Amino acid sequence: MATWKKLIVPAAILPVLLLLAYGFKTDPRQVPSPLVSRPAPPFSLRPFDGESTSLEQLRGRPVVLNFWASWCFPACYEEAPALEAAWQAYRDRGVMVIGVDIQDREADAKAFLERFKLTFPNGPDLQGKLSIDYGVYGVPETFFIGKDGTIHYKHVGALTKQVLRSKIEEMF
Amino acid sequence: MRRTVFSLVMMAVLGVWPTGLLAGSVEEQTHLLAAELRCPVCQNLSVGDSPSEMANQMRDMIREKLKNGESPDQVRAYFVSRYGEWILLAPKRQGFNWVAWLLPFCAILAGAGAIGWVVRRGAARGRARQKGELPPLDPRYAGRLEAELKEWGR
Repeated sequence: MATWKKLIVPAAILPVLLLLAYGFKTDPRQVPSPLVSRPAPPFSLRPFDGESTSLEQLRGRPVVLNFWASWCFPACYEEAPALEAAWQAYRDRGVMVIGVDIQDREADAKAFLERFKLTFPNGPDLQGKLSIDYGVYGVPETFFIGKDGTIHYKHVGALTKQVLRSKIEEMF
Repeated sequence: MRRTVFSLVMMAVLGVWPTGLLAGSVEEQTHLLAAELRCPVCQNLSVGDSPSEMANQMRDMIREKLKNGESPDQVRAYFVSRYGEWILLAPKRQGFNWVAWLLPFCAILAGAGAIGWVVRRGAARGRARQKGELPPLDPRYAGRLEAELKEWGR
């Protein structure tokens, strides 16, 4: 009777502590995307300057689809030079880099493009359809779409040159 | 007679009339669906409650899909296919998710059981005391009492 009484309090508290420990160790921002290794949702994007491109036209080429915004500081500002460098390094091998500007003002977005001298196509997602279609819940998020049009990898947060290089190489 | 008329009127005013009129409307369905979905850019807010631009765009999308003839189930399935089950504020009633649905009720039942047990034990003791029969002493205290009485007697 006495030992049973002593055990009941830890027995009640321990599961709660374990649950809390598990909860605090997981990052609520890391949500696994159900889209990885599925066919990429089709889209067409009208860049700020130039003709609109669609995913269908790009079939057979690896695509890096990057969601960003000019207000996304510092992550989008950190990765912009790496994206431009990857575009310069891999465009001759058929890789397409596309930037999707979400929930932004056009003037601010254009200033961002000017600041980093981004030369790959960048366009606004005016109704948010493209970002919802890709299950985007923040910026920056980047999808690596393989030649066959399936999503190879999704990156959440700022890209580095290393991540870009290794993930693009994996798609060849 | 007057009471029946009154209750009919109250029923019409409080429940039947508004839901009956709005249940089928796209606006009402949009509202209900938006309340079920988690706003991706917020902390613990539904798409229906959030003023953020993304939630706004999601509400527009729900409305558009419903207008195009999609059923609420299809719209829900679309959001789950893009964001995963994470987007649903209430987990689906299947598999491991049942733990989240049933555990609170199990805890309430267990708590009620524990309270009932304690109350009933207390009541039984009270009855025994009234009858003059004392419950048997805890052996630890009985031994100590015995020893102290002996000490007193000397």
